[in-house]
Amino acid sequence: MYTQAMDIPSPERDETARGGPRSVREAEYEAEIDAKVARGEFIEAKDWMPEAYRKTLVRQISQHAHSEIVGMLPEGNWITRAPTLKRKAILLAKVQDEGGHGMYLYAAAETLGVARDDLVDALHSGKAKYSSIFNYPTLNWADIGVIGWLVDGAAIMNQIPLCRCSYGPYARAMIRICKEESFHQRQGYDLLLTMMKGTPEQRDLVQDAVNRWWWPALMMFGPHDSASTHSGDSIKWGIKRISNDDLRQKFVDAAVPQARVLGITLPDPALKWNEARGHWDFGPIDWSEFWNVVNGHGQCNRERLADRVQAWEDGAWVREAAMAHAEKQRKRDRLAA
Amino acid sequence: MTEPSRQWPLWEVFIRSRNGLDHKHCGSVHAPDAKMALQNARDAYPRRRDGGSIWVVRAEHSVASDPDAKPEMFDPAEDKIYRHPTFYTLPDEVNHM
Repeated sequence: MYTQAMDIPSPERDETARGGPRSVREAEYEAEIDAKVARGEFIEAKDWMPEAYRKTLVRQISQHAHSEIVGMLPEGNWITRAPTLKRKAILLAKVQDEGGHGMYLYAAAETLGVARDDLVDALHSGKAKYSSIFNYPTLNWADIGVIGWLVDGAAIMNQIPLCRCSYGPYARAMIRICKEESFHQRQGYDLLLTMMKGTPEQRDLVQDAVNRWWWPALMMFGPHDSASTHSGDSIKWGIKRISNDDLRQKFVDAAVPQARVLGITLPDPALKWNEARGHWDFGPIDWSEFWNVVNGHGQCNRERLADRVQAWEDGAWVREAAMAHAEKQRKRDRLAA
Repeated sequence: MTEPSRQWPLWEVFIRSRNGLDHKHCGSVHAPDAKMALQNARDAYPRRRDGGSIWVVRAEHSVASDPDAKPEMFDPAEDKIYRHPTFYTLPDEVNHM
């Protein structure tokens, strides 16, 4: 159940919430949770959990939700310019899915006792992060195909292990999301296949889009394992199941044959099959670019956030009017009764 | 910080994908009233042929058992093994009963 109404901690647990000393009881609870996670059991919304576990989840789930919502912007940019009615309908459905995924995830985050409005405020004030991939521009129609193929492809790699994460509401939201995500990747690849059958100019557009999105897509898996600050605890708590580098390798191994079928070249001269490893080797990632975008200096950071804030502010009167209408109706119903 | 009173109330969403199955909890939505809660739930959850009926319930109206009271609540069932059919050993000829 996703309700917060019964979420009242017992007194001995309250002590740590106030930053008080770690009681014996507290240590027992923590050991209990660690054992549960190690056995592959789920933690549910009202179960006791260590404060750091709860905070990690709130941070990760809300950032994930923000990413889905901000992710609607680069693609929404092309809805009115889709080349055919069929592609327009597909893109609309896809962007609506992203909105839906954001809603599933906000709902999962709220089971941890945070208010939706506070999460949204954190995004709008710039305090909360979202996936840096959405700070790149969508310059031509092929970008929509490449986002489906590579960006959603990378997201699927990241998200499938989350279906088994230790926090029940998050895992269930991820199962719903993954079921829908496969359509996103396939429609993107299908779009690119169609363009590749077109004119030389259309094929150039696809290659250009791949050149721009390939490296940012590899960065989506996050810093190398040796440099990832949050990984250790997340793996211990069963929130993260597979390391950044392992997921990235899996993604490259899957993308190379797909690129060949498409007939494009991946923009990495170091890309080479390594017989001994049984994997594709790839060149070094430019992490200065990654951190630059994460820290707010990507091509579209300001535009994306400004668009989000404006959409929220433009909708304020609707939210208020709906609330006022509901209150008026309730009053009328009471008078009639 | 937004004043909590201005945030639309939270509703729990239960969906039955087709007749013959139970309604199943699938998440929550915010909405000012029941009608919009149903509409928001319809938009957020069943976007493919996976909806036949939706229930929405104000989250504050649901009452849940305390996870800390799990032993008192559920353990008594564990020592009543005679409630299970496998408790009874019958002759082979009739053991499919």
